[in-house]
Amino acid sequence: MADTVIVRIPTALRPQVGDQESLDVAGATVGDVLSSLNGDYPEFGKRLYKSENEINRFINIYVNDEDIRFMENLQTPLKAGDEVSIVPAIAGG
Amino acid sequence: MSYVKSLQCKECHSEYELKPLTVCDNDFGPLEVAYDYEAMKGKVTRASIEAGPRSLWRYKDLLPIVGEPKAGLNSGFTPLIKADRLAAELGVKELYIKDDSANYPSYSYKDRVVSVALTKAIEFDFDTVGCASTGNLAHSVAAHAAAAGLRACVMIPHDLEEGKIVATLCFGPRMFKIKGNYDDVNRLCSQIADKYNWAIVNVNLRPYYTEGAKTHGFEIAEQMGWELPKHTVSPVAGGTILPKIWKAYQEFITLGIVDDNKPKIYGAQADGCNPVVTALREGQELFHPQKPNTIAKSIAIGNPADGYYVIKVIKESGGFGESASDQEILDAVKLLGRTQGIFTEPAGGTTLACAIKLIESGRIPRDESICVCITGNGLKTVEVMEGQFAANPTINAKMSEFDELVKQMEENHPSQSPATTA
Repeated sequence: MADTVIVRIPTALRPQVGDQESLDVAGATVGDVLSSLNGDYPEFGKRLYKSENEINRFINIYVNDEDIRFMENLQTPLKAGDEVSIVPAIAGG
Repeated sequence: MSYVKSLQCKECHSEYELKPLTVCDNDFGPLEVAYDYEAMKGKVTRASIEAGPRSLWRYKDLLPIVGEPKAGLNSGFTPLIKADRLAAELGVKELYIKDDSANYPSYSYKDRVVSVALTKAIEFDFDTVGCASTGNLAHSVAAHAAAAGLRACVMIPHDLEEGKIVATLCFGPRMFKIKGNYDDVNRLCSQIADKYNWAIVNVNLRPYYTEGAKTHGFEIAEQMGWELPKHTVSPVAGGTILPKIWKAYQEFITLGIVDDNKPKIYGAQADGCNPVVTALREGQELFHPQKPNTIAKSIAIGNPADGYYVIKVIKESGGFGESASDQEILDAVKLLGRTQGIFTEPAGGTTLACAIKLIESGRIPRDESICVCITGNGLKTVEVMEGQFAANPTINAKMSEFDELVKQMEENHPSQSPATTA
């Protein structure tokens, strides 16, 4: 598969993506990758999005370990081989 | 008997069994412990609490354990100081310091949350406990784990204060120093919790762990003579303690243990890491994460898990938020030291500095009761005080040199010198 990124799925969302720990997905931005996943796995999308363009506030998204809120949010550009991690926000402190 | 009912999603109220779960399957909202308050009425009373041990476990009925406590039997019940000398200095009528710098065994508020989390870890049959920590939590987890005979794996940012690292290592945990800030460590710990069957207290035991923070609030109320302070100032890092102090106050009100005097609660952060205070100032519901840059390392969390709820609770109560510069933090550490004889870490300095700013700006009135929550001990972070005090000259053991030095001190700082002769 050309130009794909690796998307890491947390335990809580694995049942919605056929119990996979990670998936290879194509897309030019974080938003593209997530909407492509939403198309393939609507149950996953339901939990990931609060509204059409807004991620559930209890989920953080990282590209190569950096929070996308420090970059361009859903418009953050991706290149082949990047790692997108989806991590529950409620932890720590 | 236990009054614990279930875990419940704070957002959609879905119920879950009392297991090591932390977020809701439906919406990823945080799970919180739900209790049967109706069944407690008439049974959980001032008298029943006063009959309990002199530790945080006197509030056992309001904590999420099923059997008897298995960790932290001597933790909590720290002093509440009526800080009259500090009050006079600040020009306020009634000021209290809740002093968790004297907590047992690791001198911070974290001994509360860890006592509950490790009791749950034992109830759930884990043999390894861990945490993502800015230092105090690692220290506490390692101490309680050593005492309970559990294995500890603590994950910390690589650049913590030496005192916290040495004091933690003394308890024999496995220590993982991670490049990056606390938020990086925390993200990694979420992923570790997915892979290893460890009880990471602030990840997979978080609903139980956070309940321990309520005991800070219960103690304030009890030690004030079963009354709530009108204004409470709490530090905000990951956002655990502030909403839990609030929950403690509300539970005591619900149970008729204290009167509802419409308390207000305020959040304190460092200027170099103030996502929650910024959101409050801008009137936002959600905070924007920050990259921390402050000497107050124990509260340097730029992406607070419970930041949303801190904002919500502060707004509901009619309180506000404030942040302080590094120098204001150090000045407040020294002020607390010289007026009350309490040595706190920069996090405590932050809380006091912000309380002072809230008083000076008129947000907190000078004639109502105020409680400042001091959550950590200055002996663990001595390096931040470097250069804060004038160097003390060394003299020979000769009376003449001593007399000369007393004279010099008298000239330089007349108010601090002792009487010159007996």
